[in-house]
Amino acid sequence: MKEKFFQKSLIEDLLDEQNKHPQKYLPPKTLKKIAKKHKRPIPQVYSVASFYPRLSLKPRAKYIIRVCENLACHMEGAEKVIEAIKEFLNIDFGETTKDGLFYLEKSSCLGLCSLAPVILINDDIHGNLTPEKVKEILKNYIEKEKSSKN
Amino acid sequence: MKKLVDIKINGKSYLMPEGITILEACKRAGIHIPTLCYLEGITEGGHCGICVVEVKGARNLQRACITKIKEGMEIYTDTPLVRKARKTIYELTLANHKSTCPACQKEEPCEIRKIAKNIGLSEVEVELLFKEHEKDRSIINRDQTKCIECRRCVNTCEKIQGINTLIVDGKGFNSRISPPYNLPLKNTPCVFCGQCVVRCPTGALTEKDDTEKVLDALQDPNKYVVVSFAPAVRASIGELFGLPPGTLVIGKLVAALRKLGFDKVFDVNYGADLTIVEEANELIERIKFRKTLPMFTSCCPAWVKFVEEFYPEMIPNLSTCKSPQAMLGAVIKNFLPELENIPKDKIVHVTIMPCTAKKYEILRPDIMGDIDYVLTVRELAKMIKIAGIDLLSLEDEEEDIPFGEYSGAAAIFGVTGGVMEAALRTAVEWLTGETFSNLDFVPVRGMKNIRIAEIDIKDLKLKVAVAHTLKAAQEVLEKIKNKELDIQFLEVMACPGGCIGGGGQPIPTTEEILRKRAEALYTLDKNKEIRKSHENPFIKFLYEKFLGNYGSEKAHKLLHAKYSHKPNWDDIFNKSYEEICKEVLKY
Repeated sequence: MKEKFFQKSLIEDLLDEQNKHPQKYLPPKTLKKIAKKHKRPIPQVYSVASFYPRLSLKPRAKYIIRVCENLACHMEGAEKVIEAIKEFLNIDFGETTKDGLFYLEKSSCLGLCSLAPVILINDDIHGNLTPEKVKEILKNYIEKEKSSKN
Repeated sequence: MKKLVDIKINGKSYLMPEGITILEACKRAGIHIPTLCYLEGITEGGHCGICVVEVKGARNLQRACITKIKEGMEIYTDTPLVRKARKTIYELTLANHKSTCPACQKEEPCEIRKIAKNIGLSEVEVELLFKEHEKDRSIINRDQTKCIECRRCVNTCEKIQGINTLIVDGKGFNSRISPPYNLPLKNTPCVFCGQCVVRCPTGALTEKDDTEKVLDALQDPNKYVVVSFAPAVRASIGELFGLPPGTLVIGKLVAALRKLGFDKVFDVNYGADLTIVEEANELIERIKFRKTLPMFTSCCPAWVKFVEEFYPEMIPNLSTCKSPQAMLGAVIKNFLPELENIPKDKIVHVTIMPCTAKKYEILRPDIMGDIDYVLTVRELAKMIKIAGIDLLSLEDEEEDIPFGEYSGAAAIFGVTGGVMEAALRTAVEWLTGETFSNLDFVPVRGMKNIRIAEIDIKDLKLKVAVAHTLKAAQEVLEKIKNKELDIQFLEVMACPGGCIGGGGQPIPTTEEILRKRAEALYTLDKNKEIRKSHENPFIKFLYEKFLGNYGSEKAHKLLHAKYSHKPNWDDIFNKSYEEICKEVLKY
């Protein structure tokens, strides 16, 4: 009974496994593993995962950039920030950079309107952005990656 | 007794049992409500919204198929608001559906067209929203542009077969009904039973159409075209020509096939008799020599594929006997040249089947080449109509011999429990060495999903089980695996009711229609003089002239098959994303 109470739900498991993966997605083998654990047919688990925008069945990247497109951010110039990200990384929404480091996706309100325009990179918040500022932030990520490799 | 509640429909009072839906209540009151996605026992999810009605006091229109009636409920089914809403919903459905009606394989059973009559649309002014997709063509064709996402196929695959090939992928407007990753059906564990095809309300799911190829072969002077039709075809084809369900059509069907230009008309029932003598012989050998038991029937190609995929460890339990179609195919291609003095390569063998999986079966390596084309009952009816033949006005004709003669045992092959009963009639006589006059094994008949029966005659004790639908079969297999069920013989047919409810049968197939088709086959059996397969004189003839003994080496070479493990979901999901991507259809 106790065991069952503390057992993670299907969606929690999917989210956890996704976060563990270096490309932040759910590969077929992972879906199979989770389906076995929850005693559900694999295609049904696939179907559940496909429903949630937060879950991905396609390989993404080490860093998921979520940009807010809602009103507050829009009013504060989110569009220009988004343009800057796209240009700097040379990717569109739903795409991964060639080095496999960044993946860009749209998001609804992040609940951080006081920091508009705001983006999330994985779980880190970056707010009050301008096109220049966001490029600096992305450069820092790239630098950090380089130094960690060396 | 359930509590009754007082409700009003369109101002009139009714007493209805508590807990039923508005749809059900209206049906009982004789009021028609249009439905599109709804299918009793399969899709009761309120997806399409076409069944909306007004309920007094409710915030908005209610979906009749999912809203339960309550004491004092006032329902209005035909107000201007309801009519307008239905029109809008219908138009939105049309916007997402590529209408190619004159060239659509679905033809009359199309429910989008049927429902238009209930909606009263005078003009269509919607902007088309559907996206072009790559078509999935194999045994079952999938055309995404016609899919209205009613989910009938998804639920059918899950609830009836337990395979889950078709699922909902994605969310909202961008969702799609397809196998995971939009894999083509041939790369999935789909068994091609066609139950999704008979339930699809549109032309999104259809069987591979071979009518053109058969018509071409019939016109080719260098071909000798032979046709044979399956046990369950005669019990259903009349429905497509306006006859009531359960009408047996044999003589007129034979006449129509001759009129179409077939050189010989044979009967798959002959193949069924042949299957029974080989299979009964195999069962007896397995019992005598303590080989793998229980033995599973192997007539249903969907069931065979299912075992190969999901229960590979039980492959040795499958009877090695080929199906009646495959046996007859082998016999015709190998012995007809000698009997009729025609070169083998001139013979084209076409079979008429109640089944879509039979189209897959003829591609199996053991069977390849023995049968050239498989047509479903629907395809044959279409062909007869194309040729302008008035089936009902034809004089009855008889099948050709020797492969057109059959016993009553073969006649019931098309209904769940029929193969079991036919096999028992022969096996029991052979095992006890006596002749019996009472041949009805009633406990194996009926429409219950799983039926278990014990045969206790003289010193012979046999325990057998019959299951239809693969979901039920799965239950039986699990019980056998866990040693909860000890039987010697298991019959499985993948479709509800057996072949009479097959994926190639006329649309719709309801429980009522199933019962009538079954009755027709049991009546045919009852009226046959010869009711045991081994007493069919032309079976005896075949063994005397060509095959030797039952289970002989020659019989084994021609009439028996090999099985091998085929990929299931585990195997597919063991691949990497990149590997799977190479197989998927473009979206």
